[in-house]
Amino acid sequence: MKTLEELQAIRDRMKGQMNNRAAADESDYRVVVGMATCGIAAGARNTLSALTQEIEQKRLENVVVSQTGCIGICKYEPIVEVFEQGKEKVTYIHVDAERARQIVAGHIINGKPITEYTYNYAVREEK
Amino acid sequence: MTELALHILDIAHNSIAAKATLIRIGVEADSQKNALRITIADDGCGMDADFLKRVADPFSTTRTTRRVGLGIPLFKAAAETAGGSFAIESAVGAGTTTSAVFRLDHIDRVPLGDLTETVAALIYEGQTAEIELTYIVDGRTYVFDTREIKAVLGGGITDAVTLTYLKDMLRENMTEINGGLEI
Repeated sequence: MKTLEELQAIRDRMKGQMNNRAAADESDYRVVVGMATCGIAAGARNTLSALTQEIEQKRLENVVVSQTGCIGICKYEPIVEVFEQGKEKVTYIHVDAERARQIVAGHIINGKPITEYTYNYAVREEK
Repeated sequence: MTELALHILDIAHNSIAAKATLIRIGVEADSQKNALRITIADDGCGMDADFLKRVADPFSTTRTTRRVGLGIPLFKAAAETAGGSFAIESAVGAGTTTSAVFRLDHIDRVPLGDLTETVAALIYEGQTAEIELTYIVDGRTYVFDTREIKAVLGGGITDAVTLTYLKDMLRENMTEINGGLEI
């Protein structure tokens, strides 16, 4: 059975090795998940969970994940926006857990946005 | 919504938007009474009587991106579809309490779903809001309270190891409280 005492012991043992979440102003990337009713209904909770898990597993310390309300293009939910210092925002659409992991690997680790998953790409294709 | 836990997440986001410092979530299943009650109570800014009257109307919202708000109407519909009822109480400065009752064995009752992921998302989001979850199944009770956790740990829940452990702890405890009952 898991207890708070055991958790405390683990924390004591790992002191100094645990990564605290980066603060927004000192990170290179800010990843924002739309979590209004539209986002949640489309599966944004799983997207958020996959993003945070992936970022933690890969020990990425320069990324902060946050949640926001309705982005205004509900039919494309779940939506994830990636803000990079000094660059234009990239809006990803229909981001399920799998896409979330691909975005972390492709955009954040390798620095190459995944164009096919972006809002701009979808709008161009629809024309 | 495919899980009641998603409704809880959605309604609790209203609490965070209302600048709540404490969000109390209650989930109580009673197989004798054939009822499942869900309550989300906050100490946020609350609503005035006029907005409260309109709040279950899909064409009421505080958001500015569009003129519809579906969180509360969907939660209400989920309860009423499952032979239950819905209520919301609020006063300016006194916070808001939203509650829904469902018939536990109703064919159209949406499953509770992953309450652990909902609580984790709220902890992640609401660093300023404390979360108290009271989970009761047939009289067996488990309380998960971020205030208590922070007091024991002597700090915030800001690292991955701690959050992952807490998720496992929550899951384990709720499974035990369920006692084999599928909610």
